[in-house]
Amino acid sequence: MSHANTNEHATEHSHPNYFKIWMALVALLIASVLGPMIGIPWLTLITAFGIAIIKALMVAAYFMHLNVEKKYIWYILLGCLALMIFFFFAIAPDIMNHSGTNWHFIEVTQPAPSHGGH
Amino acid sequence: MHHPPLANTRSATGINTAKLATWWVIASEIVIFGGLLVSYLLFRLHHTEWAQEAEHTNTAAGAFNTFVLLTSSFFVVLAHKAAEEKNGAKAARFLGYTILGGLTFMMVKAYEYTHEIQHGFTMFKSVFWSFYYTATGLHGLHVMAGMVIMFIVGRDAKKGRNLHRVECIGIYWHFVDLVWIFLFPLLYIAK
Repeated sequence: MSHANTNEHATEHSHPNYFKIWMALVALLIASVLGPMIGIPWLTLITAFGIAIIKALMVAAYFMHLNVEKKYIWYILLGCLALMIFFFFAIAPDIMNHSGTNWHFIEVTQPAPSHGGH
Repeated sequence: MHHPPLANTRSATGINTAKLATWWVIASEIVIFGGLLVSYLLFRLHHTEWAQEAEHTNTAAGAFNTFVLLTSSFFVVLAHKAAEEKNGAKAARFLGYTILGGLTFMMVKAYEYTHEIQHGFTMFKSVFWSFYYTATGLHGLHVMAGMVIMFIVGRDAKKGRNLHRVECIGIYWHFVDLVWIFLFPLLYIAK
C-alpha cells in the first residue's frame, strides 16, 4: 500500500547549506545583542526587533522548509496569524485607554527596588 | 507483521497527514503564543515604567539560550536531512544533540529563575514579572514536551522506523525556537 508518495514532501527537495544559514543566524544574534548597547532608540528597535523578524523568516523558510511547502500550509498559518492580528486590534482600544466608566489609569512612578540587578 | 497506520495512506492535499497535523498544531500555537505576546506588547507600550522592571532580566543568559536554541534547530534540520537519506542512526544522533540543546536551555532557565526568585522578582511582584514567568514558563513546557517526543522519535529512527516523524518533530522544534526568537528581544533587550 503506498504511503502516499504524495507524501514524500515537497519532500525530495534540495537542501541548502544549513551550516551557512546557522552562521548567518548567529551573526544576526550578535548584532541584535550589540545594537541596543549603542543606546540609540531607533537603532535598538531595528537591531532587536527587525533582526528578530529576519531570523524568524530565515528559520521558517530554510529550516522549516516553508519556501518549498505546498500552499495549504501557508493558508493554515496565515489564517491563524490573521486571527492573532485581529486579537491585537480587538483588545488594543480597551488596553490603550487611559480611563473608562468606572476606572482610570494609574501609572506606577516608583521604580522597582534594586536587589543588585544584573 | 507491521501494519502502516492509515493516517499515512490518505492525503487530500498531497501533504503527508502527519506533517499536515503538525502544521495545524503549529498554527494553533501561533494564536496561543501570539495572543500572549500581543497582550504583553500592548501592556508594555502602555506602561513605560516596565522598562525598569525589565532591567533585572539576565540578557547574557537570554542571548546564550538563543544561541543554544538556534544551534539545536541546526541539529534537528540535519536530523531531518539524514532521515530523508534513510539514515536512521545518523538522524537519531542529531536528535540526541538537539535534546542536549534543550537540556542546556532548561538548565540556564532554571538558573535564571532561581536567581530572580532569590532576589524577590517573583510572579506576584508585578504584572511585568507575571508576563515574564508565564511566557517563559509556557515556552519551557513546550521545550520539555519537545524533548520527550524527540526522544521517542529518535528511539524509533535508530531502528529505521517511522523516519517521517523526524521532520514532524523538527517542525515543532523550529517553532519553539521561533517563539524564543521573539521572546528574547521583548523580555531581555527592550530595557
